[in-house]
Amino acid sequence: MIFRRGGIALLPAAAVLLGLLGCKPAPLTEAERKTVASLALSSLPPLPADPSNRYADDPAAAALGAALFFDQRLSRNGDVACGTCHIAGRHFQDDRPLGVGISTTSRRTMPLADAARSPFFFWDGRRDSLWAQALTPLEDAREHGGNRAAYAHSVKANWAEDYERVFGPLPDLSTVPANAGPFGNEAEKAAWAGMDMAQQNTVNRVFANIGKAIAAYERTLVHEKTRFDRFADAVTAGRDPDGDATLSDEEFYGLRLFVGKANCIECHNGPRFTDDHFHNTGIAPAKSLPEDLGREAGVPQVLSDPFNCLGPYSDAAPEACGELRFMNTSGPELRRAYKTPSLRGVADRPPYMHAGQISTLEAVIDHYVRAPASPDGNTEIVPLRISERERAALVAFLKTLSN
Amino acid sequence: MGFNWRYLVAIIGIVAVALMAFMKMHAEQPPAGDTSASFTFSKPSKQGIYLVAIEPESSSVGIGELHTWIVTVTTPDGKPVTDASIAVSGGMPEHGHGLPTSPQVTKQPGEGRYHVEGVKFNMGGLWELKFAISAPAGDDEAVFNLKL
Repeated sequence: MIFRRGGIALLPAAAVLLGLLGCKPAPLTEAERKTVASLALSSLPPLPADPSNRYADDPAAAALGAALFFDQRLSRNGDVACGTCHIAGRHFQDDRPLGVGISTTSRRTMPLADAARSPFFFWDGRRDSLWAQALTPLEDAREHGGNRAAYAHSVKANWAEDYERVFGPLPDLSTVPANAGPFGNEAEKAAWAGMDMAQQNTVNRVFANIGKAIAAYERTLVHEKTRFDRFADAVTAGRDPDGDATLSDEEFYGLRLFVGKANCIECHNGPRFTDDHFHNTGIAPAKSLPEDLGREAGVPQVLSDPFNCLGPYSDAAPEACGELRFMNTSGPELRRAYKTPSLRGVADRPPYMHAGQISTLEAVIDHYVRAPASPDGNTEIVPLRISERERAALVAFLKTLSN
Repeated sequence: MGFNWRYLVAIIGIVAVALMAFMKMHAEQPPAGDTSASFTFSKPSKQGIYLVAIEPESSSVGIGELHTWIVTVTTPDGKPVTDASIAVSGGMPEHGHGLPTSPQVTKQPGEGRYHVEGVKFNMGGLWELKFAISAPAGDDEAVFNLKL
C-alpha cells in the first residue's frame, strides 16, 4: 500500500527529473490531466442567468447596450464612452496602468470577456452585477463624469425607440432637471435633493435600465480558444496533441509548474483562470494614489448600493442574491485584497495588477518568487523556490493563453 | 580476488531501506479522515455532547459555486436537537485563510436538521468546516475536513 501510494506521489517528481535530464517530458499524470481539463475553455458551463436583470439575455437589449457602450454622449464632455477605456480591438482594456476618462482614475481597466460570470465587479468587488457595475463609471467624475438625470434625458432624445422596444414607454421627464444626481457637482447634488422621491425613482429606473442594456451586451463578450485550449482538448480526449495544439517542451514544463509546485492554480483556477475571489498578494500601492484598502472598502459600498441584487431596481428575489447575502463582510483578509484577474490573454495586456504597478510578466513572476510583505494587511503568498529556467517556462506557458 | 557478496547485500539493503523511507515520506497524505466522494460525513462533536452529520444539498460540490449543506444535530443516543444555534466557520488550515463567504443557517425543517446556505470553496485542496453548536445541552463544536 505504502509502495503504491509512494510511487504515485513520486511520478511528477520523476517527470520533472526526466525533463531536467533533457529527455522528452513524461506524459501528464492522471491528476495533472484532470487539472488541465478543468482549465480548458471547453469545461466552461453555459453562462448562468442573471436573475437581477430580466433583460440580460434579450437580444434587443443587447443591441441597445452595444450602442450605449460606444455612445460618447453619455459623458460630461461628450468624449467618453465605456469603449474609451474598454477598447474593442484590445480585449476591452486600454493598455494603460490607470484608466483615463475625463481624467486619470486610480485603477487598471479590466478586460471584459466572460466578465458576466463574476459574482463581484471592479478590483475591490464594490458592485455585484454587470449592470450595477456599468452605472458606476457613468457618474464617476474621473470617468464619464455625468449624472443620471442627464443620462435619462440623453436616452430619451437619442434612443427612445430602441429603449421603449425593450423596457416599455419612457416616463415623462419634462419636470426632471437637465442635470441632477447624487454624485455630481454641488449644483447637481442640490438639484437631485430638490426632486421628490417619486421623481428620483423615475430617473433611477431609466438609469438602471441603461445599465441592464449595457450588461446584456457585455454578456455576449466571451473568450476564444487559444493554443492551450486545443492542447487541453486533445489531452482530455486522449489524443496526442498535434499541429496548432502542440506545446513546446518549455511551455509544457511551464504548464506542469503552473498546476504543480508554483501553486498558481490555487487562485487562478477553472477555465477563466480565476477563483473570482479577493486576495492580498503584497502588491505595493502605486505612487501618488490615495490610500486604497481594496476589498475592505468595496464591501460597504456594495452593501449600500441601491442598485445591488437586493435593492429596489433588481429583478431578483432575495433568495437569488446568495453572493451578496453570504458575502464576507469583515476580517483582516479583506485589507488590500483585490480580485484575482483572469489570465486568459494575459501576455497581450501589460501592465499588471490593480493599478498597473508591474510592467512585465517576468516581473510579476519575480514578485511571486520574492513574496514581499504587504504594505498593509497580510499577504497570502509565500516565497516561491523556482529556478530561472522555471520562471521562463511559466512565462512561456502563460503565452499559450493568447492567440 | 573473490567478490565479497556480503557488501552487495549490505548495499542493496541500505538502498532498499532508504528508498522505503523516501517513499513513505512522500506517501504522507493530508489527514484524510472525512475524505470521501460522497461528501456525507458524521461524527461526534469535540466533547461528545452531540452527534453531527453533514451533507451537501446537491449531488456535486463544485469549486467556486455557492451551495447549501444540511446539518443534522442529535444527541449521542439519536434524539434530534431542534433548538440549537449554529455558527459556521472554517477555511484552509494549510493556507491560513478562512472561508470566502459567511455561510448561515437559513432554515430549520425540524428533526434536528439545519440548512446552512452560502458555503463556497474557491480553490482545490484541504478545507475545514466548523460548526459551533449552542443548545441547552451545552456548547460544542464539530470540525470536518474536506478534500476538494
